[in-house]
Amino acid sequence: MSVDGHLEALRREGRIVIVGASLAGLRAAETLRAEGFTGTLTLVGDEPHEPYDRPPLSKQVLLGKVPADHTRLPRRRPIDAQWRLGSAATGLDLAARRVRLADGDTLDYDRLLIATGVRARPWPHELEAELDGVFVLRTQDDAARLHHRLAAGPRRVLVIGAGFTGSEIASACREREVPVTVAERAAAPLVGALGGVVGEVAAELQRAHGVDLRCGVLVTGLEGDSAGRVRKAHFSDGSAVEADIVVVALGATRNTEWLADSGLGAGPRGIACDAGCRAFDVRGIVTDDVFVAGDVARSPHPLFGYQFLSLEHWGNAVAQAEVAAHNMVSASAERRPHLWMPSFWSAQFGVNIKSVGVPPMADQILVSQGSLAEHRFTAAYGYQGRVIAAVTFDQAKWLDFYERQIEQAAPFPPEFTTVDRRPEGHQPVSAGFPDPSQPTHGPTVTLSGYSPTDRRVSFTPRRA
Amino acid sequence: MRLVVDLNRCQGYAQCAFLAPDVFTMHGEEALMYDPQADDTQRENVRRAADACPVKAITLDYEDRPAAAGKAGGSGVG
Ligand SMILES: Cc1cc2nc3c(=O)[nH]c(=O)nc-3n(C[C@H](O)[C@H](O)[C@H](O)COP(=O)(O)OP(=O)(O)OC[C@H]3O[C@@H](n4cnc5c(N)ncnc54)[C@H](O)[C@@H]3O)c2cc1C
Ligand code: SF4
Repeated sequence: MSVDGHLEALRREGRIVIVGASLAGLRAAETLRAEGFTGTLTLVGDEPHEPYDRPPLSKQVLLGKVPADHTRLPRRRPIDAQWRLGSAATGLDLAARRVRLADGDTLDYDRLLIATGVRARPWPHELEAELDGVFVLRTQDDAARLHHRLAAGPRRVLVIGAGFTGSEIASACREREVPVTVAERAAAPLVGALGGVVGEVAAELQRAHGVDLRCGVLVTGLEGDSAGRVRKAHFSDGSAVEADIVVVALGATRNTEWLADSGLGAGPRGIACDAGCRAFDVRGIVTDDVFVAGDVARSPHPLFGYQFLSLEHWGNAVAQAEVAAHNMVSASAERRPHLWMPSFWSAQFGVNIKSVGVPPMADQILVSQGSLAEHRFTAAYGYQGRVIAAVTFDQAKWLDFYERQIEQAAPFPPEFTTVDRRPEGHQPVSAGFPDPSQPTHGPTVTLSGYSPTDRRVSFTPRRA
Repeated sequence: MRLVVDLNRCQGYAQCAFLAPDVFTMHGEEALMYDPQADDTQRENVRRAADACPVKAITLDYEDRPAAAGKAGGSGVG
């Protein structure tokens, strides 16, 4: 059969399997149907729930404004899929084009999309992690349980890790007037994602809202009472805090274990793929029929020196799923690259935080508008003399402009004049990213250097 | 009815909060919060809000799609 005929047959009566039934999986399924795929579509998800949205879990849901099971994602169109919910994929046979499920079933495919995302990294000490009152927050079920306990009026919550998720949880606690302690091993919250300069602002915000913020400390142990409920946490500086809820927010682990021995290039940093979302096998050769999208993917980006980026960003999951789905049913000349501009938002302590580009790649920062002290500013990040990222605190309307600066590799420090530039914005300063060999918790961007000279920006996940 | 807002795209100008205040609210200066499973009585308001959003950041379930917005903004599945 001709190549064209093959593609035609695939689109008409092929079998596509998507593993991971969440944001990326759902958006990919919709795109496949929108592009005229009429074959069999199977969505495999280990959670029992239909695809739902995670960002509200640490915001609206913890605030008690929205029940945890009310975040199911809207459908853009009917997808006529066979759902295998509550059943995990446990193996992949690349040669036979077959996915194995936990219940013993197998699914044959012509094209496979892997969108298995990440999961919360648990507290490393197993017995302590099992104490009643110790939580993580990644899933709808996690959010329902945590909300339930917050509503019961705990005496104190301890949040371990001040990345975005940890900080949002602390914010929700304060808004509910629950006493909260935050323990962070780095010098400030959000340091891994936004650097030390902006991290200091995040620290001020937390303290101004009554968070008992402890930076530069490790939690060394959790202590329970005779009934197995968590009571107390011990810190590396010798201090301790009594808490009846502990939320472990130490970042995430990529869901790739099920691919061990499959021959796919999948590991703790995710699944490497080309710009067209085709997965690499262990030999570094791109596969023809296995695609990846979302948090589990790691793909090269020309704007950022062809570094492989792993992005734990909502918008990336949507955009990459759309590109992957399109490419799965398109001839090579019609395939599109996934060249999304990394962007995300967070809301905490009443402040709207937004970012474009890749801040952790930066060496310098310049507050181009507004002021750090007022917690309302725009900061541009520079790397080797060009603008590489920008972050706003309550100044989101300026981001589009900075996005274009990044796309054009505009010089850093910026040559343009800005409204509301303060004295502190006249000279760039060090962006203050910590030594990458001392990782902070929960990066939203994981960079892996493509050349040895860039190794200083590579990130080594902490072994759980 | 189910909905989701692409908060990367959202500019926080509160147009939606004006048209469907029971579903969309501003939190602080410019962060938007919304009810992702709005009550059915809000259907008309939410549809109007989705239509009015200048950056087409609001996605509704397909049954709830405003007829005119077959291809909602850059959610680009076409
Ligand atoms: C609390 C919270 C708040 C967030 N807030 C923001 C925010 O404000 N802004 C932002 O940009 N991003 C935010 N994010 C990140 C955003 O939610 C993710 O980027 C997005 O969910 C990624 O989608 P995904 O489909 O790639 O992966 P996931 O949503 O992780 O979905 C992967 C799915 O695959 C399933 N799975 C895993 N292994 C298997 C297997 N072997 N077989 C079958 N199924 C499997 C998982 O259980 C999961 O359901 C937040 C995330 C969380 C948890
Ligand atoms: S109308 Fe659109 S841009 Fe304005 S606040 Fe609502 S969602 Fe955001």
